[in-house]
Amino acid sequence: MAARVLSTQEMKITSEDDVVLVRRAVRALAERRGFDSFGSAALTTAATELGRNIWVHARSGLVILEELEDGLRHGVRVEFRDQGPGIPDVAWAMAGGNSTASSLGLGLSGTKRLVDDFQLQSEAGRGTCVRITKWKRF
Amino acid sequence: MQSGQIPILRIGTTLLASIQVELRDTSAQAFQQDVLKAIEKSRSRGLIIDITGLDMVDTFVARILTDTGRMAKLMGTETVLVGMRPEVAATLVRMGFSMQGVYTALNVDEGLALLAQLQSSQARD
Repeated sequence: MAARVLSTQEMKITSEDDVVLVRRAVRALAERRGFDSFGSAALTTAATELGRNIWVHARSGLVILEELEDGLRHGVRVEFRDQGPGIPDVAWAMAGGNSTASSLGLGLSGTKRLVDDFQLQSEAGRGTCVRITKWKRF
Repeated sequence: MQSGQIPILRIGTTLLASIQVELRDTSAQAFQQDVLKAIEKSRSRGLIIDITGLDMVDTFVARILTDTGRMAKLMGTETVLVGMRPEVAATLVRMGFSMQGVYTALNVDEGLALLAQLQSSQARD
């Protein structure tokens, strides 16, 4: 059964400040959906990692925040789209410990562990789209 | 954010930096440089970084914090990171991050006690 989308919000990332604004919006949404502090911190951290990826690698992009309902479950889905350089080797980038931007190289693999669903599509030279979903624990 | 936004206090031979603002990448980098300059100027022996005010620490900020501790160590100063919230600890471990290179303690009091202990054991050597 497909989850019902209760609300959609779009945000642009064109600066470092926008990454902070996305982080705040995701936290506000998670809290409104009733996430506990651990779930909210996990989702907010994941969104910060992915928002930063857009700023560092692509310099601009779009973030789409959605509130979800699936039967009794409440969730949040966030999509990060950019038309940046893309990820030539997704498996390598997801393996963890590999970095191209003097960070830890834990961004993508670590982010995946913080959420319930993680979808990544990327094409070298065309851009990257990452979609994460987290459901509230009962 | 420019440097100097996070106050770094000197208590005896210890420096205390309490991060109360949401960190952006550039403010985290400015903080690192401020701390290292303060160590040089004050000739302190210990550094406590209090992150009670951070409700989220991502891998970039975590990296800045542990690097700062390692850099301080090269300058002869031990670093204790204190005040990490439960949610932050849980998130960092789930991401696969370990705070290598810095000591950690529950709060500022425990951090000061740990520094005193480290310094007295060094004095004995």
